[in-house]
Amino acid sequence: MNKKNSVLVRSLLATGLGLVAGAIMMLFIGANPFEGYFYLVKGAFMSVERTFNVVGTGTALVLTGLSVAFAFKTGLFNIGAAGQMLIGGLCASTVGLLVPLPRIALLPTMFIAAALGGGLWGAVPGVLKAKFNVHEVVATIMMNWIAYWIAFYYIPTFIKAEFMTTESALLPAKASLKIPWLTELTNGSYINLGIIIAIAMVILIKFILDKTTLGYELKAVGYNRDAAQYAGIKVNKNIILSMVIAGALAGLAGFVYYCGYSQNMQIGKLPSLGFDGIAVALLGASSPWGVLAAAMFFGLLHSAKGFMNAITGIPPQISDTIIAIIIYFTATSLFIERLIKKVIARRKEKAKDAKGGED
Amino acid sequence: MEYIIEMIDIYKEFPGVIANNNITLRLKKGEVHALLGENGAGKSTLMSILFGLYHADRGTIKVRGKEVNIQNPNVAYDLGIGMVHQHFQLVHNFTVTENIILGSEGKQILDRKTASKKIKDLSVRYGLNINPNDKIEDISVGMQQRVEILKMLYRDAEVLIFDEPTAVLTPQEIIELMNIIRNLIEEGKSVILITHKLKEIKLIADRCTIIRRGKYIGTVDVGKTTTGEMAKMMVGREVLFNVDKDEAKPGEVILEINDLNVLNSRKTLGLKNFSLSVKCGEVMGVAGVEGNGQTELVEAITGLRKTESGTIHISGNEISRLSIRKRYETGLSYIPEDRHKHGLILDYTVGENMIMKLYYQEPYSKRGILNPTAIEEHSNKVMELFDVRAGEGNMSLASNLSGGNQQKAIVGREIDMNPDLLIAFQPTRGLDVGAIEYIHKRIIEQRDAGKAVLLVSLELDEILDLSDRVAVVAGGELIDVVNIEDTNENELGLMMTGVRREDMHE
Repeated sequence: MNKKNSVLVRSLLATGLGLVAGAIMMLFIGANPFEGYFYLVKGAFMSVERTFNVVGTGTALVLTGLSVAFAFKTGLFNIGAAGQMLIGGLCASTVGLLVPLPRIALLPTMFIAAALGGGLWGAVPGVLKAKFNVHEVVATIMMNWIAYWIAFYYIPTFIKAEFMTTESALLPAKASLKIPWLTELTNGSYINLGIIIAIAMVILIKFILDKTTLGYELKAVGYNRDAAQYAGIKVNKNIILSMVIAGALAGLAGFVYYCGYSQNMQIGKLPSLGFDGIAVALLGASSPWGVLAAAMFFGLLHSAKGFMNAITGIPPQISDTIIAIIIYFTATSLFIERLIKKVIARRKEKAKDAKGGED
Repeated sequence: MEYIIEMIDIYKEFPGVIANNNITLRLKKGEVHALLGENGAGKSTLMSILFGLYHADRGTIKVRGKEVNIQNPNVAYDLGIGMVHQHFQLVHNFTVTENIILGSEGKQILDRKTASKKIKDLSVRYGLNINPNDKIEDISVGMQQRVEILKMLYRDAEVLIFDEPTAVLTPQEIIELMNIIRNLIEEGKSVILITHKLKEIKLIADRCTIIRRGKYIGTVDVGKTTTGEMAKMMVGREVLFNVDKDEAKPGEVILEINDLNVLNSRKTLGLKNFSLSVKCGEVMGVAGVEGNGQTELVEAITGLRKTESGTIHISGNEISRLSIRKRYETGLSYIPEDRHKHGLILDYTVGENMIMKLYYQEPYSKRGILNPTAIEEHSNKVMELFDVRAGEGNMSLASNLSGGNQQKAIVGREIDMNPDLLIAFQPTRGLDVGAIEYIHKRIIEQRDAGKAVLLVSLELDEILDLSDRVAVVAGGELIDVVNIEDTNENELGLMMTGVRREDMHE
């Protein structure tokens, strides 16, 4: 309980410090930080459309963040969420464009295709790690570029748009995660069924980690590989499994992003959301609900920075810088923890002194 | 006689535990003062307060009669208090000199020469036999400890605190350390010795302060007190130094090893054509100097290491090709050598650790879903049966338990699985008298209940106390198996060097 609280405090503090640093930077470029943040918040929530855009923008981040966080729990560092996401998107888009099924069957098929594609992309580094002790960081980065070049070839060859060769064809309405009435209700926001998928995955992953023997094994391997092996847990199996699940989650991020947020795919782009997932996982302290909150916060910064820029002239990169600074503060959490302890100790001492005075 | 250090009524509380409950310790100038207590009694906390690592909630500290406030270790240094930590704090690719002057370089330009000379002089004066230009990575553990001592002397420490200094030393090195401590006293230093080993106290200390579960029990004159009395004060009851056991009633063979060959980490044969059988109702001790095939033997039986050739049978089942889990299911339990590396997952709670080998079975889980109630009940039961004490019961993180309680938790977990064969690898390493006595008793209980026990230990005393038969290993080979009544310490010691019995009597 105590530990949980300190993690929460640490994340909130990192966020606060990041915002303060952002304010200082705004001051340096001669802008008024209060104004800047006011329009950032306004840009996020001033209308129904914008409010739901925050959610729409954060949706894929929830899943990439979950992907990284899940691998963390097993002691693995998945830098390959971008590639897994790309492959997941390719698989889902291919099914959406080429498989003639009614919507009710099509969307689940796309879901499965995305999860399988991403899962396969995670499995390769997992197997390499388990069998040959190839570090997963190296393997997942390689897999990112393999995915990148596959998309480069695959999209124009198999699922190209009618006129553009650098994009895939637009998904038909029945293959899109957008729900027409909801889109209309929110004045054309990015919100789509993806958020349901994301929240469902948060709940599922939380359940797996806390309540199942699978989660028990995965965490045991993450905490102490030798002890896990001693206990008779198959370490290699769990490493592969963890990477498959992490990959599948990132694959689903590709599904909700390419078939929900946007309606097609472009070549020559490794989705930055894959890497932002690392930041989300860090800020969310690798806990599923923490990831959800962190992803929504990043969604806010991403979706509102344009508005802030338009009104105040503060460059939108400030928003990205804030994210970067938050990550620094989260990553240097030890320093922050020490700071908290010092503050608490000082307060205690003061209280003691005050008491001593009464005696 | 004047006191150089007085800690009076020190009180320190951590969440859930009172680590020090009004403890008083007075150190006379020029004495060796032992601080005796079981693991978790509060010795380290008390010394950390003196060294400025923790702050007492209440109580006063006086140095040379003057009340002081030790905010951090630098203040302690300035007062002439130095600590030789149990885990050395040395930079391995630096030389002795560089390590010693680290943090007190003084001027901008390093004056290695003067520092080296001072270190050399100190080394000669205290009989430390240290070459200031050796790199840490090239010298033995015993020597590294001396570097730690030198570090304190270099800073002109008057009072040296030794935290469990003999835990990492060989018997030979322990004797040398005792001589060094005597030299320190002769040169006018004062020493506080944190320990739970009564033998050492008897050997070197003048007075001894005993604490138990955070409480001050008393301070005694070592010369006028027997080890038995001190042990009683430490543990709170009579301690039996010799394990009480009846004659073994061995039955049928449980563990049968035939022509086993196992590679060691260097990919050469660590175990050569090894054959051994252990019967139910007996303790088979495996004696040997460290690194003579014990690890390979145990890991080959438990499945952590592959075998090259040969067979292992438990109760008639060939297990050498089975998975680790299948071997446990055949009736094998295993108390591992290293409780932090293998025995426990420190980030898991005690409850979660208790089901490490059972979590996949009913009632602890059903169709892949864990059953928290069953887990809690099970761990509470084992904790009670094996006297595992933890601040927050089964919800305590394993890392928050004292070493003795961690080991009791492991022993409890393994014995509770009701094995046909119990393998205990160094089951009491680093534990205090009370915990050792307790674990020994439980091991003998297993034997008396008709189980087979394979006890691997580097401590000959432990082997002699518990075993019914002893297998001596040297260089990865079985030298001989002898009955405990037909042998003695000397003979076993000789065999451990590889001399066979036949050859001895020629």
